[in-house]
Amino acid sequence: MPSRPCALCTSATAILKRPKTGQQICKECFFRVFETEVHNTIVDAKLFKPGDRVAIGASGGKDSTVLAHIMKTLNDRYNYGLNLFLLSIDEGITGYRDDSLETVKRNQMQYDLPLKILSYDELYGWTMDKIVEQIGKKNNCTFCGVFRRQALDRGAAMLNVDHIVTGHNADDIAETVLMNIMRGDIARLGRCTLICTQGDDTIRRSKPFKYAYEKEIVMYAYFKKLDYFSTECIYSPDAYRGHARTFLKDLEAARPSAIIDIIHSGEAFELAEEVKLKEQQTCKRCGYMSSNELCKACALLEGLERGIAGMGVKERRRYENETTPSNLRTTSIPLFPGSAF
Amino acid sequence: MTSQLTLNVEFGGGLELLFSNQRLHTVSLPSYIPQNLNKSTDGSFDPTQRPANVTFLLNWLKQNLLKEREELFMDGDSVRPGILVLINDTDWEIEGEGDYVLRDNDEIVLISTLHGG
Repeated sequence: MPSRPCALCTSATAILKRPKTGQQICKECFFRVFETEVHNTIVDAKLFKPGDRVAIGASGGKDSTVLAHIMKTLNDRYNYGLNLFLLSIDEGITGYRDDSLETVKRNQMQYDLPLKILSYDELYGWTMDKIVEQIGKKNNCTFCGVFRRQALDRGAAMLNVDHIVTGHNADDIAETVLMNIMRGDIARLGRCTLICTQGDDTIRRSKPFKYAYEKEIVMYAYFKKLDYFSTECIYSPDAYRGHARTFLKDLEAARPSAIIDIIHSGEAFELAEEVKLKEQQTCKRCGYMSSNELCKACALLEGLERGIAGMGVKERRRYENETTPSNLRTTSIPLFPGSAF
Repeated sequence: MTSQLTLNVEFGGGLELLFSNQRLHTVSLPSYIPQNLNKSTDGSFDPTQRPANVTFLLNWLKQNLLKEREELFMDGDSVRPGILVLINDTDWEIEGEGDYVLRDNDEIVLISTLHGG
C-alpha cells in the first residue's frame, strides 16, 4: 500500500485533491471520474441523439481544448454516434486570437475533426481591434460576447449542425450567476444555469462542463499533456467579470464546494409572479432572435457605424424622431437563416 | 543536508509572462530559511532554524525572478487564488501547501487558470 493511497482504488498514490469532494485520488482514477462525470452530465440531460451533428466552439484555450478531447473520447467510448466539428471564431484581436487559432489548427490535426473558422471582419465588417479603437476600453466584452454568440450560430448554420457545445465550466457559470445578481439582470439569471438553451430560430447550445471545476479541467489537460493556448485577452483586464472572478476564487479558497453550491442556488431561483419579462421577437433588420425591435448585435453595430458610443450597450429607448441613414453598412449583414424574411 | 537546494521550477498558463517569458527555471535556494526571514506565524522571529519550504520559495521567486505585477502572482504569503501548484506532479494541497519542506531536485510547477478558455 503506498504511503498516501488513492481514496478510490487504494492501490496507487494520490496526486490530486478534488475540490468537489475533498477526496485525494490517483491519476488514473482522476481521468476516469472526470470523464465519467461529464458522460453522466450528458446522459442525464439527454443532450444528444445518434446521428446529431455537433459543433464544438473551439478557441484554442484550456476549456475548449479539453472539451474537444473529451467529446471525441466519450463519443468513441460510449458510441454516442455524433458527427463532431470544430467551430472557431476570429474576433480580430491581434496577438491574442491569431495565436490561439494556431492552437485550434493543431487540435484539428490531433483530434482529426473538420474545422471552420468565421471572422467578425467577414460577418460584420468590424474587428475587435477596430471596435476598441472606436469605443475605448469600456464595454468591450459586451460587443465581443454578443457578436460571438451570433457568429457561432451562423457558423453552425453553415455547417448544418444540430447542436453547439461550448466549454463553459462550473466556475464560469457561478461567476455569471453572481454577475447577474449584482446587475439585477433577472432575465439572464433565469437562463444562465440552464445546461441546454434553445430558441425558436437558434441552434441548441449546451455546456457539458457545467459541473466541472476549472481546477480539474486544467489538471486534466496537464496530466494528459493536452496542448492549449493561455493568455488573457488584452481587453479583459477592465471587464466587470474580473470582480466576480476574484470574489469567487476567494470563496473557493475558503470553501471549495461554493462553486457548485452557487450553481445550485442559481438553478433554484424562481421568478416572483409580478416580474415581467420581455417577450421574444425577431430582429427587424437581420431576423435573429431579439428581446427588442433590433437584436443586440444590430443595435451595437448601428452605434459603431454612426459613431455613437454607448448606443445599444445599455437597455434604453431608441432616440425620439430617429431615422436610420440608408447608407449604413449594417443593412448588408446577411439575414439569419430560418427567419421570416 | 547540503547548504543549497537545486530546484526545477516551471511556469504555465500564462504565468511565464511575469518571469521573463521563460517557462523553465533552475533555481538554487538555501536549505534553511535565513534568520532575517525566519518568522513564526505570530510574526516574531523564530530562533530555531527552519528548513526551506514552499512559502519561502514563493517569496524567493517574487524577490528574485518576478519581473513585474507582483499582485498577479502572490497574495500575501501564498499564490494568488486561481494559480495551481504542483510539487513533483502532485497537488500541493495533498503535500501540505506552503509548509511542504523542499528537497534537492524537487520539481515545482505553477499554473495560472486565470485566462480565457
